[in-house]
Amino acid sequence: MDSQSNKLAFNDGWQYAPAPESTDHIQIDDKYDLFIGGEFVAPEEGRYFETINPATEATLSSVAMAGDADIDRAVKAARKAYNGPWSKMKASERGKYIFRIARMLQERAREFATIESLDGGKPIRESRDIDIPLAAAHFFYYAGWADKLAYAFPGRNTRSLGVAAQIIPWNFPLLMAAWKIAPALACGNTVVLKPAETTPLTAMKLAELIQDVGLPPGVVNIVTGAGETGATMVNHLDVDKIAFTGSTSVGRIIQKSLAGTKKKYTLELGGKAANIIFEDAAIDQAVEGIVNGIFFNQGHVCCAGSRLLVQESVADEVIQKLRDRMETLIVGDPLDKNTDIGAINSAEQLDTIHSYLKIGQDEGAEMYQSSCEIPASGYWCRPTIFTGVSQSNRIVQEEIFGPVLAIQTFRTLEEGLTKANNTPYGLSGGVWTDKGAKIFKVTQAIRAGVIWANTFNKFDPTSPFGGYKESGVGREGGLHGLDAYVRVEA
Amino acid sequence: MSNAAARVPVEKTYKIYIGGKFPRTESGRFFALQDHKGAVIANICRGSRKDFRNAVVAARGAVSGWSGATAYLRGQILYRIAELLEGRHDQFVTELVLQGVSKRKAKNEVNATVDRLIYYAGWADKYQQVFSSVNPVASSHFNFSVLEPTGVVSMLAPEESGLLGLVSNIAPAIVGGNTCVVLASESMPLCAISFAEVLHASDVPGGVVNILTGFREELTTHFASHMDVNAIVYCDGDVDVATSVQIEAAENMKRVISRVDAEWVGDNGQSPYFIRDTQETKTTWHPIGG
Amino acid sequence: MSVSVLPTTTRLLDLSGVVPVDEVGVNERVARFQSRSIKKESKIEALKLVLSMIDLTTLEGQDTPGKVRQLCQKAIHLHDSMPDLPHVAAVCVYPTMVGIARKALGDRDINVASVATAFPSGMSSREVKLQETHTAVAEGANEIDMVISRGAFLQGDYSFVFDEIAAVKEACGDAHLKVILETGELGTLDRVRRASVLAMHAGADFIKTSTGKIQPAATMPVTFVMLKAIRDFYRETGRMIGMKPAGGISGAKLAIHYLVMLRETLGNAWMTPEWFRFGASSLANDVLMQLQKQATGVYQSPDYFSKD
Repeated sequence: MDSQSNKLAFNDGWQYAPAPESTDHIQIDDKYDLFIGGEFVAPEEGRYFETINPATEATLSSVAMAGDADIDRAVKAARKAYNGPWSKMKASERGKYIFRIARMLQERAREFATIESLDGGKPIRESRDIDIPLAAAHFFYYAGWADKLAYAFPGRNTRSLGVAAQIIPWNFPLLMAAWKIAPALACGNTVVLKPAETTPLTAMKLAELIQDVGLPPGVVNIVTGAGETGATMVNHLDVDKIAFTGSTSVGRIIQKSLAGTKKKYTLELGGKAANIIFEDAAIDQAVEGIVNGIFFNQGHVCCAGSRLLVQESVADEVIQKLRDRMETLIVGDPLDKNTDIGAINSAEQLDTIHSYLKIGQDEGAEMYQSSCEIPASGYWCRPTIFTGVSQSNRIVQEEIFGPVLAIQTFRTLEEGLTKANNTPYGLSGGVWTDKGAKIFKVTQAIRAGVIWANTFNKFDPTSPFGGYKESGVGREGGLHGLDAYVRVEA
Repeated sequence: MSNAAARVPVEKTYKIYIGGKFPRTESGRFFALQDHKGAVIANICRGSRKDFRNAVVAARGAVSGWSGATAYLRGQILYRIAELLEGRHDQFVTELVLQGVSKRKAKNEVNATVDRLIYYAGWADKYQQVFSSVNPVASSHFNFSVLEPTGVVSMLAPEESGLLGLVSNIAPAIVGGNTCVVLASESMPLCAISFAEVLHASDVPGGVVNILTGFREELTTHFASHMDVNAIVYCDGDVDVATSVQIEAAENMKRVISRVDAEWVGDNGQSPYFIRDTQETKTTWHPIGG
Repeated sequence: MSVSVLPTTTRLLDLSGVVPVDEVGVNERVARFQSRSIKKESKIEALKLVLSMIDLTTLEGQDTPGKVRQLCQKAIHLHDSMPDLPHVAAVCVYPTMVGIARKALGDRDINVASVATAFPSGMSSREVKLQETHTAVAEGANEIDMVISRGAFLQGDYSFVFDEIAAVKEACGDAHLKVILETGELGTLDRVRRASVLAMHAGADFIKTSTGKIQPAATMPVTFVMLKAIRDFYRETGRMIGMKPAGGISGAKLAIHYLVMLRETLGNAWMTPEWFRFGASSLANDVLMQLQKQATGVYQSPDYFSKD
C-alpha cells in the first residue's frame, strides 16, 4: 500500500483560535523563602535563584537557594515535629490533616494548575485535568491509610521511620510532591522535600496551603535548591529515609552514598519502555496509545513508551496512522487550552534532546517530524519519530526524555519480548492485542514494574508504580507504597 | 407566661426518606415520640410494609449506578457526608438530648459519628486491596478474586444508639457499593431522619440509603422476608427474634448478619470486616498463552 | 449535491478481518476532542459550518403537508434578522412528503432527502423497499436515507445486508444514498465498524448513525468509529464517503465537538456539507442563539427564535 497516496490534509481550513487560560486569578510572589518549621524563612547565605517560564523565557519569581545550614535547620524542624506532636497524635487525627490538604488542593485547583503550566511548560489541559486532580487524589488515598496500617501488613506491627528527605523531579512537580508527602505523613513520618530547580513554584504554593491547613509546624518542610542541596539532604546524618525520583545516574550516586548507613531508600529512576503492538491489536486505539505514551507531557515521562515495537505485518499501517495523528498535535503556548504538547522544560533539556536527534541522524536512522508551527521564543520540540533503527542504536538504548520515538519491527512474540527486555531499564511497558491470553503471557514475561495492556500512561493512587533493574527500587502508590515509609517488626 | 413579642418557633415534621425524597408514610399512621416527662417531641411516621416495599424498589434501582461508581467517588461522597454532619453538629446534639442522652455523651456521639464516616471514607478505595487476591492456580491461568457488593441490604438499626449505631451500619454497607433500607431505632428515631437530610445534601444518589421509622415488631418480618433483598443486618433482639429472622431470610438465602453484641462506641465499632460482611467474592479465570 | 460513481466491482469482503475496536480507548480519544476549547472567530466559523451541514428533519407519524411547508420555510428563513447566514444542507422527510417539500423549496439550493426502505424499522420486503425508493426519487428527492436490516446483520447474514444496500443504491439512480446503521441496536463498537465497512463496500455514499427513533441515537464514540472506517476505506480505495450522525445532537456545543472530531480524524476535505451532515431538528435554533450571543455578547432566550 502506497503510504503517500490518498493522503489526508489537516492543516488548512478551519483552525482553532487561541484559547488562553487567564492568569488574573493566580498569585505568584516575587520571591519565595524556605518553608521550615511552619514559617517562611530566608536562606542563611541569602542566595536566591530565578525560575522562568520555558514558553517565554520570562522570569516568574526567585526562590531561595538552601545551603547546608538551611538543610540542617529543616531536618531539625522535622525531627522536632516528629518527636513532638506528630508521632504522639492519634493516627486517625493525623489522617484528618492529610484529608484537609486534599480538600484544599481541590478548592485551589485552578490556581495550582495554571502555575504548574507557567513554571514547567506542560499544557494547561494536562495540569488541569490530570496533574492537579491526581495530586489531590493521592492525598485523599493516603489520608485514609493513616489509621489502618494494621491491615496492610498481616502479622506484623509497623512503626514510622522518622524524618524522610525527599527529592523530586521537574516533570510532574506537584504530583511528585503528593506522591512523596502523602504516604510519608500517613505512616507517621515528617518530611523535608526539595522540588526541582526549574519547577519550585507549585511546591511553594503547597507550602502556603499546608500552612493554611494548620498542619503542625515542621511536619512538612519544603526547601528549594539545586543538585548540591539534594546531596546535602541525602548525606545528612539525622535523616532516616531518602526518597528520590530522577535520573538513573543520580540515583546510582545516591545509592552509593547511602552504603554503610542505616537509611532506607526508594529510588524511582529512568526508563526506556517498549510499547509492543501486535497485528491483532485494536490498531486505531494502539496508535492513540503510542501518542499517549511518548508525546503527551512532551515525552518528559520516566515511564514513557519511547520504543515502539510493532509487528511487521501492521507496521506500515501503524506508522502511517501515527504520522496522520502527529499532524493533529498542537505544539504551543502551555496556557492555551488547545495545546497538546507544551514547552520543553529547560534550555538544558532541549539541548539534550537536540543532541539525540543529531545522534539518531548520524547513526543513519530516518527522522520524521510533524509539520506544526512552533513559536519563535521559548523551548520547543516537534513530535518526532525515528525509523530504520535497531537495538544497537544509541537512540534506542538511551533515555532521551523528549517527544522522540524510536520504531522497530518484530515478527514473532518471542522476538518482541526479547527486544522489550533487552535493556538495563525496567520501569514500564505496553502491550496491544485483542487476545486476552496473549496479554497475560506478555505481562508475565516483560521485566518491568508497570505494564499497560491496551492502554498507556494510566496512573491512580491505588496502583503501585516503580521499576525493575536500573529503573529503580521500591513502589509508590497503592498498598505496596506504604512499605517505603514504615519499619515492619514482628 | 407569654410575651407579646415572643417568637413562635416552627416545629419540624419528621417524614421518611425513600428514593431521594421525603414522603410521609403511605399508611398515614403515626406514633408520638415523648420525652422523659411525657411531652410530645414529634409525631413520627409509623411506616408500613408498603413503604418498605417502595423503599426496596428504590434501593434496587440505585444499585447499578452506585456500585458502578468508582471507589474514589464513593469515598469522596462519604467524606462529604462527614463534612455536612460536622456542620450540623449542634442540631444533632439537640436531638440526642431531646431523646434522653446527656449533653456530654451527645457531643461525643456526634463527633464519633463524623470520625466514623471519615474512617469508612478512607476504606473506599482500599478494602479491595486488602481482601482481594491473585490465586496461584496450578494451571496456565491468570486467576483473581475480587469483592463485589451483594446488592440491597435491609437493616434494623440499633435500638440504643440513635446516631452512631445507625451510621456505623450504613457506612460500611454503602462504601462497599451496596444500597440499603434502614429501620431507625424506635425509641430514638429523630437523628435518623435528620441524617437522611444530611445524606440528601451530600451528593448521595437517591435510593442508595432509604430510611424508615416505625414499629420494629410490625416491620421486622418484611425486612427479613422480602425476596428482592440480598442481605439483612440486625443489631438487637433475643434468640427468638434472631431465629425468626433467620428462618424468613432463608427463603431467598439472604446473607444474615448479626451485630447484636457490637459495641458502637470506640474502635471496636468500626472495621473493614463490617464492609466485607456485605460483599460477595467473584473469581475469574483467564488463560495465559499465545 | 454530489454524485458519486459506483465502483466497478462491489463485492462482499471477509468481514471477520475487520480491525478490533477498544471501547475504553475510543472513549478516551473522544474525551480529548471534548476538551478542545473553540473560541472567538473559530467558534463563529464553526457555528456557521454547523448550520450549513444540518439536515432539518421531520419524521413523525403526525406530519402533514402544513408541517412540512413550515419546516421548509424555516430552512429558507433560519433567522432573517441575522445577515450572512448559510442555508441548511437539506430537509429530510418521509417519502409521501417529498413532493410537498420540493415544491415548497422551489429551485433553491437545498436538498430534499427522503427516508425509505420501511424507515425506521426496515421490516419489510425487498420489493416494497425498492418501490419506496423509486417513488421518493421520482417525487424529487435527491438524497435517500435507507436503513439496514439489523436483524439480518445481527444474525451474521452479511450477504443479505450487502445485497440490499446495493439494490437500493441502484434504485436511487442519481440520488445519493445514505445508509443508516442504527448503531443503537448494534450493541458493540466492533459491530459498528463491521457494518460501516460493509455499507461502504456495498455502495453507500454516506454512512449514517441512526434513525433518531430509538435511544441511543448518535454518540461521539460511535461516530468516531465510523469516521475511522471511512478514513481506512479512503486510503484503500481513494473513494470519499460522507458521514451523518443523527439524533441526540441538540446543542451547538456538542455539534462543535463533532466538528473537532471530524477535523482531527479526516481533515479538511470532509469539512463541508458535501461530506458531513447533522441529522437534527432543534440544533439549528441553538446554533443561532450562540451566533447571536457571539455577535452581541449577551446570552439569548429561545423566545426570539422561530420554532417551526
